[in-house]
Amino acid sequence: MMLLETHGLTKAFGGLRAVEGVDHQVAAGSITGIIGPNGAGKTTFFNLISGALPPTSGRIVFEGEDVTRLPAHQMARRGLARTFQATTLFAEATAIENVLVGYRQQTKSGLWDALIRSGRLAREEREAHDAARVALDLVGLAGYADKLANSLTQEQQKRLAMALALVARPRLLLLDEPFAGINAEQSRGLIALIERIAAGGVTVCLIEHQMQAVMHLCQRIMVLDYGKKIAEGTPDEIRLDPAVLEAYLGHK
Amino acid sequence: MSSLKRFAPGVALAAGAGLPLLVPNEYYLQILTQGYVFAILACGLNVIVGFAGQLSLAHAGFFGIGAYTVALLATKAGVAFWLGLPAGIIVTAAFGHAIGSICLRSKGHYFSIFTLAVGLIIHIVIQKWESLTHGHVGVIGIPGPGSIGPIQFDSSIARSYLALAFLALTLVATARLLRSPVGRTLMAVRESEPLAAAVGLDVMAAKRLAFTVSAALAGLAGGLYAGFIGFLGPESSNVEVTFNSLLYVMVGGMGSLSGPVAGTFIVYGLSQVLQVLQEYQMVIFGLGLVLLILFMPTGLAGLIRSWSIRGRRS
Amino acid sequence: MELFAQQVLNGLVTGSVYSLVALGLTLIYGTMHVPNFAHGHLYMLGAYLTYTLVTRAGLNYWAAMAVSVAALAVLGAALERLVFRPLRHAPHLNAMIAALGVMLFLEAVAQKIWGEEFRHVDSPHTGVVSVFGMMVTEHRLILAGAAAALMVGLLLFLTRTVAGSAIRATAQNPEGALLVGIDTNRVAMATFAMSAALAAVAGSLIAPISLVYPSMGTMITLKAFAIVVVGGMGSVPGALAGGYLLALAESLGGTYISATYQDLVAFVVLAVVFTFRPSGLFKEAA
Repeated sequence: MMLLETHGLTKAFGGLRAVEGVDHQVAAGSITGIIGPNGAGKTTFFNLISGALPPTSGRIVFEGEDVTRLPAHQMARRGLARTFQATTLFAEATAIENVLVGYRQQTKSGLWDALIRSGRLAREEREAHDAARVALDLVGLAGYADKLANSLTQEQQKRLAMALALVARPRLLLLDEPFAGINAEQSRGLIALIERIAAGGVTVCLIEHQMQAVMHLCQRIMVLDYGKKIAEGTPDEIRLDPAVLEAYLGHK
Repeated sequence: MSSLKRFAPGVALAAGAGLPLLVPNEYYLQILTQGYVFAILACGLNVIVGFAGQLSLAHAGFFGIGAYTVALLATKAGVAFWLGLPAGIIVTAAFGHAIGSICLRSKGHYFSIFTLAVGLIIHIVIQKWESLTHGHVGVIGIPGPGSIGPIQFDSSIARSYLALAFLALTLVATARLLRSPVGRTLMAVRESEPLAAAVGLDVMAAKRLAFTVSAALAGLAGGLYAGFIGFLGPESSNVEVTFNSLLYVMVGGMGSLSGPVAGTFIVYGLSQVLQVLQEYQMVIFGLGLVLLILFMPTGLAGLIRSWSIRGRRS
Repeated sequence: MELFAQQVLNGLVTGSVYSLVALGLTLIYGTMHVPNFAHGHLYMLGAYLTYTLVTRAGLNYWAAMAVSVAALAVLGAALERLVFRPLRHAPHLNAMIAALGVMLFLEAVAQKIWGEEFRHVDSPHTGVVSVFGMMVTEHRLILAGAAAALMVGLLLFLTRTVAGSAIRATAQNPEGALLVGIDTNRVAMATFAMSAALAAVAGSLIAPISLVYPSMGTMITLKAFAIVVVGGMGSVPGALAGGYLLALAESLGGTYISATYQDLVAFVVLAVVFTFRPSGLFKEAA
């Protein structure tokens, strides 16, 4: 079953077409990758499917429903979570506060609950803290709950960003360059974490430049160049695809 | 730190309860009462500026709307203060909700410029709509709060305690707001809107809520002001009121809970007590705002926080 | 008809002042990304300096204006260096609050020095001439002409000289400008100086046909913001055209619609634009 489909997805900034006519499918339960030279439109593609940017044309279907032009927060509530390229966190908050924010979409308490300290608020806060602990535990940050996010190492911040994305139990997780800026050993740790996340039933789609990691993790890979899909297939197929070689060599 | 934190509310309450008894005369008692009212206004501004990170410059307008609602209901329709005040808060909150829905679609600088213009429009309308507001003449003879059961609010000292009670309520409400999931949502919006949206938060709804709460508190402050002072002119909604509140918030520490109250007491208090400050008030205020933002952008609250962190390390 | 023509002429005179002020504001916003809430107060200060030099030092009007413009340029550069440059990498809230502080400070200083009373500068050009059958004071014509000449000169400077191109490049794309080796600090300082100087010219030009008082800056700042929002934040042609348009709308609206709410025109225009286009009429280059 296809979890996510795009049909002719296009985004133009003025005259520049950052993403052009991309048809793509992500199978439920898979780990897929998106690669391509710098400026190929990979992050824009993520921004489109996560609702951060409205597409110029084309359609997005998530779990069989047309979700084109839904805003980001509604996509998140439907089960699509993401991390950002430059690891983005709520820097001045503690690790657990970050993750609690990620759980907020699951709770309903509003202003009045806060003012009168309702029973619902207390119940939901317990629930949120439990979920946050589980998520921190999953990414291996159980001991860092009360540390400020900006006092964590680069690698820990990447893990925290994943906990933040995972705490609300999404069905699709988009990772934008999860291995950028960390060393080989830390990458191995993250690869294991991503595999664990996928094994838990979360479909993963990632953008990455580190080919080794991509080839190891992904069952299918899509290649973008100048906003267009130029190839798609298994890692072995992509490795041998002349169009892909052309795109990379041509750019370098 | 922890012991300081535990005792701080009690100490503050004792100081607040004692202050009205300590001030030497009627004049200073009124100043004190106004200080409490302006502290409520500063707490309100802090909700949108400090908690949600949106620099709204329309707050004098909301203060004016609250004040004029109470004043006009009382003088034109004979509505008692205790009915007028909640009406004033509701009217201001409704304005806040509507204006917030429009202004918050503009972001960053645009939002600030937009709200500054909206604040000025409210001020000019109050000033020029003479058939309703009496323009520059203002509204006179606004009845103050009537008695609740056996408690009367005719004396200055009783009014002072009443204002203090409202300030305490404001602090409790904003504290509960800040330390709730709603407060965490606002923090998330302040720190990064794209990330907040990506984790499923409705950024617009969160900002609108903060703006409405913030306006409602400004309306409460305005309503109290009208009832306590007894007369009201258009200068109550002058944009200078916004700038003063902003200074109070900045001195105490943006985003901290009791910072705005401390800021109000320091700045407003000193400016009333010290003759030099009275004469050069705005010169010093303006310079103070610039120096604060350059050298102490987190205000007193930030200073205390960094002291306590240093203290724990050594 | 004659009333209409008279109002159009008034609009053009006021408009040239608005355009000069809006031009400075838009240049600063473009290069520094600071909405300079104190901009109108530089205009106010320029007017007061000219007033003092004419009435106290007995200087000729134009000489006084030259000194005032130079003084404001220095003040503008100092503001950039001492206040806004240190805040460039701070949250955007901080620079805005600093601008508000500068604004309060300048107004209070003016109040201390010159008091609350309205002041007036005498123009050396008091004659009245007839233009298409309308009687106009010489000063108004000179004002409109001088402002127009200055704006044309500035446009030439921005488009034809290396320094001007650097400013435009920085306004359009600060990161890009840095990449191609433009010293953005120098550009920012020069822009601030120029913007303050323009404000001083505008303030000095209007002083003889208007009144000078400490809070005269607030209103013009807000009007300049309205102009710049309509014309596009950072856009030079937008500021020039917008200034004239707003002044015309005000003088015609004030005559034919309501004189009481004439001052509201700018804010209503601003609010309407933002209501329907939350990022202004012309989006900034992404």
